[in-house]
Amino acid sequence: MSFLEVLYFIVPISIAYAAPLIFTAIGGVFSERSGVVNIGLEGLMVMGAFIGILFNLFYADTFGAWTPWLALLMAMVVSAVFSIMHAVASITFRADQTVSGVAINMLGIAIALFTVKMVYGKGQTDFIQQSIPRFNVPILHEIPFIGPLLFKGIYGSSLLAIGVAILAWFIIYKTPFGLRLRSVGEHPMAADTMGINVAKIRYIGVIISGGLAGIGGAIYSQTMTNDFGHATINGQGFMALAAMIFGKWHPIGAMGAALFFGFAQALAISASGIPLLNKVPTVYLYILPYVLTILALAGFIGRATAPKASGQPYIKGNR
Amino acid sequence: MSNRVVNLLVPIISIFLGLLVGAIVMLLSGYDPIQGYIALWEGIFGDAYAIGETIRQISPYILAGLAVAFAFRTGLFNIGVEGQLIVGWFAAAYVGAAVELPKIIHLPLALLAAAAAGAIWGLIPGILKAKLHVHEVIVTIMMNYIALHVVNALIKAVSDGGYKTETIHKTASLRSEFLSNLTDFSTLHYGILVALAMVVVMWFILEKTKTGYELKSVGFNAHASQYAGMNVSKNIVLSMVISGVFAGLGGAMEALGTFGYMASRGGFTGIGFDGIAVALLGANTPLGVIFGASLFGSLKYGAGNMPNAAGVPVEIVSIVIALIIFFVASGYIIRVILSRMSKKKEAK
Repeated sequence: MSFLEVLYFIVPISIAYAAPLIFTAIGGVFSERSGVVNIGLEGLMVMGAFIGILFNLFYADTFGAWTPWLALLMAMVVSAVFSIMHAVASITFRADQTVSGVAINMLGIAIALFTVKMVYGKGQTDFIQQSIPRFNVPILHEIPFIGPLLFKGIYGSSLLAIGVAILAWFIIYKTPFGLRLRSVGEHPMAADTMGINVAKIRYIGVIISGGLAGIGGAIYSQTMTNDFGHATINGQGFMALAAMIFGKWHPIGAMGAALFFGFAQALAISASGIPLLNKVPTVYLYILPYVLTILALAGFIGRATAPKASGQPYIKGNR
Repeated sequence: MSNRVVNLLVPIISIFLGLLVGAIVMLLSGYDPIQGYIALWEGIFGDAYAIGETIRQISPYILAGLAVAFAFRTGLFNIGVEGQLIVGWFAAAYVGAAVELPKIIHLPLALLAAAAAGAIWGLIPGILKAKLHVHEVIVTIMMNYIALHVVNALIKAVSDGGYKTETIHKTASLRSEFLSNLTDFSTLHYGILVALAMVVVMWFILEKTKTGYELKSVGFNAHASQYAGMNVSKNIVLSMVISGVFAGLGGAMEALGTFGYMASRGGFTGIGFDGIAVALLGANTPLGVIFGASLFGSLKYGAGNMPNAAGVPVEIVSIVIALIIFFVASGYIIRVILSRMSKKKEAK
């Protein structure tokens, strides 16, 4: 394979792998910017992946080609509702947010597998018939070099992910709601003094994160695996968490990090077919995202600092 | 109500609520909850074999719980127990198979290897936390995945491209014919003694030594400890290392007792994450950990009987465990309700 062929091969895969990470990482940005740590992204993604497949299997005959998109919507709603549990525990009940997130992760996979076994009597679902289709972006895909690289045979969901990242940047940095979201994550008491309802904003932040993680999960299951089983979502949620940190809690940064991690994953699965790269043991490619995240946190690659009040429950009247 | 009673009531109420919601879930999904729980009970205590297997399951849970609890006493949240356990598992399996020595040296050496591997895996987040103030939760999560992929690669390397390590020599095994015969040929092994010994070790370190006092002090208030002349960073690193030792030994239980080898893994064992539940339920005390590990270890093993005996998927137990964690973590609200109830009583 020539270098150009390798590039045409690997870049689309990278973007496909990145799309679910982008959605989930942006979700993480909303939650953590409001001051609630969300380790439960993995569980929320599992729930989304599961609901996406389930909806797709049940309604493929009714909705035809629209099914995967409606499944994304359904996954968003269910995961958003599921995330309310994390919100109630960590905002109203003042639970340790990390512990509550761990509980969400365990609960997500347990509920999903319990239901799968109940409905199908086995450990995984059937395969879906209507997965998210690939398509060529009109006109743009004819541009030399960039066309086949970015716009040929792309999933619609990937374009959606990039759109959502830009939208999230606009909401968080250019709207009054975004300012409130950031303020309750940095200094909830000051925000409270200015008449902002800290609990309400935090609830919204967590629920948005649930919805986006749900979409992320449903995209993954409807583009990559096409069925749901115990290993469908295997660390993607934590990788999204890593992307959020590596992107320094910024939507565009998170998108960039997610694209990079998607690239690392794509390299890892296709390394054996690429000259030079097939000499590198794949383990290095597998651990790359995690090692980079640790290095970023340690300040070797530009310091990553969390929102100040992230992880602490806000108790009125406490100083 | 006194504080002590409330502290005991919170976990008990949480367990009750968890089982109750589990029953409701079974009812709503068309299963018989009573039959389900009877099957669970039978799976745990049904016969000598089941009891043996249950105790076997409890051993790694005790160690994982100790690991989480120990770090927590120094104010650290070690989510990396899972990864530390995996590297410990591999180290023990490797040493168990690679060298040939008399039992009196080989078994301790294999255990030591597991402990050392876990310690190294705990050392990295410990140093990053102490020196660079990097939050240990994220680092340990990342270390979990690094452990998973690195160990899989190592298994491939030592087995010439295979998917599991060689079976360990008898001289490194924790298996015991005596315990096995006692429990109708279950896989019960001496690991439970190692686990209980570590419970004593944790109690001794925390309650009877100067180091333990310092570790707890840093957990209560790092600034005050610093002011009092304690070396806070040293204590943070030490706490993570000791926590890693417990977790690594948890892996040795699987390598030297239950399985005798390590196969490459597609995902986590789950023991490390359940360790969080164990420590939380046991209020991070050594004795509490035994209690928590017994409960969750039994539930996890007993669940295996539920699909056959009552047709209920095993995942119901994971749902119950997750709910119990959730309720214990939300202890604040249970406390509020309890104190309101007791105030009402006093008013009458």
